[in-house]
Amino acid sequence: MTQARTLYEKIWDDHIVDRQEDGTCLIYIDRHLVHEVTSPQAFEGLRMAGRKVRRPDLTLAVPDHNLPTTARLDADGNRLPIADPEGAQQLAALERNAPEFGVKYIGPTDREQGIVHVVGPEQGFTLPGMTLVCGDSHTAAHGALGTLAFGIGTSEVEHVLATQTLLLKPSKTMEVRVEGQLGPGVTPKDVILHVIGVIGTAGGTGHVIEYRGNVFEEMSVEGRLTISNMSIEGGARAGLIAPDEKTFAYIKGRPMAPKGAEWDAAVAYWKTLHTDEGARFDRSVVINAADIVPTVTWGTSPEDVVPITGVVPAPDSFADATKRAAAEKALDYMGLTAGQRMEDVEIQHVFIGSCTNSRIEDLRAAAGVVKGHKVDGRIRQALIVPGSGLVKLQAEREGLDRIFIDAGFEWREPGCSMCLGMNPDKVPSGERCASTSNRNFMGRQGPGSRTHLLSPAMAAAAAITGHLTDIRAWADGKEQGNKA
Amino acid sequence: MEPIRTVEGTAYPLGVKNVDTDMIIAAKWLKTISRAGLGKGAFEAMRQQPGNVFDDPAYAGSPILIAGDNFGCGSSREHAAWALADMGVKVVIAPSFSDIFSGNAFKNGILTVALPQEVIDRLMEVAKTDPIDIDLETQMVTTPFQDRFHFEIDPFRKSCLLGGLDEVGLTLARTGSIDTYEQRRAQQQPWLSPALA
Repeated sequence: MTQARTLYEKIWDDHIVDRQEDGTCLIYIDRHLVHEVTSPQAFEGLRMAGRKVRRPDLTLAVPDHNLPTTARLDADGNRLPIADPEGAQQLAALERNAPEFGVKYIGPTDREQGIVHVVGPEQGFTLPGMTLVCGDSHTAAHGALGTLAFGIGTSEVEHVLATQTLLLKPSKTMEVRVEGQLGPGVTPKDVILHVIGVIGTAGGTGHVIEYRGNVFEEMSVEGRLTISNMSIEGGARAGLIAPDEKTFAYIKGRPMAPKGAEWDAAVAYWKTLHTDEGARFDRSVVINAADIVPTVTWGTSPEDVVPITGVVPAPDSFADATKRAAAEKALDYMGLTAGQRMEDVEIQHVFIGSCTNSRIEDLRAAAGVVKGHKVDGRIRQALIVPGSGLVKLQAEREGLDRIFIDAGFEWREPGCSMCLGMNPDKVPSGERCASTSNRNFMGRQGPGSRTHLLSPAMAAAAAITGHLTDIRAWADGKEQGNKA
Repeated sequence: MEPIRTVEGTAYPLGVKNVDTDMIIAAKWLKTISRAGLGKGAFEAMRQQPGNVFDDPAYAGSPILIAGDNFGCGSSREHAAWALADMGVKVVIAPSFSDIFSGNAFKNGILTVALPQEVIDRLMEVAKTDPIDIDLETQMVTTPFQDRFHFEIDPFRKSCLLGGLDEVGLTLARTGSIDTYEQRRAQQQPWLSPALA
């Protein structure tokens, strides 16, 4: 009988082209997503060496980081230029490189355009059991479909373009098991923020995390994408969730998904992709679902989490001296004082979007809170940025755009937007944003910006009340907000 | 990547110690979309100084650079190696190099030769009037005056540089294995090629 293996080990073994004596393996890459920021020098390297892309058919290019999320066409249907010259130059480079190297390109005005990590699963480009890479750390998201997916640097982008492989050493394995019943108002975002709070931002370093337990089994595929997306915030280069009937149903019929007999063969294979009984993980973390409550971040690291009903922690409460110093610095940067109730923290900006939380279920959850209310007058900007043109279209079919616009939100074009301060969507210095994105680093949403990470429903509630709000109190009617 | 076997030519007698990556290429050049063209930004601050070796016609286009201790210290920017390559430098000779820089140089086909300070002093003297010759195969630096200096190099890096193999090139040398793997997978899992419209 063959040795019991984890899901990670099954996918890894299946992709070994060659194994060297020192344990380094040449690993085959099944899918490569390319965007405008980390690819120019990689294509340049190919050009200078006279090399081509080995498998353009396994490569998909989509711009997302630099694109403004304002209208992309003028009244006559002509494409509007990007004002920032460097952003424009990086986009132009991708638009030149994709056709030159024969890579399929989805452009800024195509309705399939969006954040690479939304587009991949949506198009059926991402499939279970595959290896997928992209020059972006949130590539971990695709692990939600049982895909071994991770971010790579520009030199590695070039290596994959030229050879369709990477030289890698196997990772350690880590199980994050969440069992039990989630409480009211607890969303996948709260689950992953709680997990990061438990394991810390270096907790998964050197590991690939597999999320296991009934909570993930019962979760929708879109919820799983939110979970796996933030594996990197827990230090793990990749996350995995075993594919199941929900995964197959999610993929079936998508444009690039297998069809007919190939579909049946694929599903038969995908059903073998689970951790065997008796397989061991290098590390295991078990969390009781009942311990998870709606969660927000208070500091400048994703592990700085606290229940929404909690208070800003005192730096003295941390045993570790380095952590204590970091907390003091974080509180100073965030303009918060120890002991302050999180629910009293007033905000000026709301961002609902990013590769973590910009899919249709996220927008539905936010719209459900917003419907019949108005954005609080103290809010300077409230953005809804769908993860792709197709998400946007679906939301408009459901009338969600009207709910948001009527309430005072801005309804934008798809892209990375206010997640990373690289395009015009930024939080001004010293101002505070309730954000559904993934990183609350200093300056992440713009120089001096202050970020509180939370779920789409809680971001929506904060927009209505003007301060961080417990979604459970909202649902109970204890928090009323501004009626429309 | 261009193979390196022998490099013969004039050498920039820079001689400065602790040349950091900011000196080699300043931060404002990092927003480029290209590895090429960084030569014009190389050693920008030094070139403001009159009489600098880089603008001396006697050394124009030299494939060799001679520097002091700890060359390439500072940030990890691969742009430093890209800038040197773009200005035509194929060999840097110095008493020591930063680890990150020498790795980046190697990835970009630049040979770093470490030799003791007294040898550097001698080569600086020679470079003012005559060319210098580097033979990677025999690991020898020679001058027209019968100087012969042996240098050490990691055997793996040596074979890569001699073969003109960068990391991509090395993997491309295993194309046969990749082809075999791809064919096997295509039979076992025919759905792997996406239906690209």
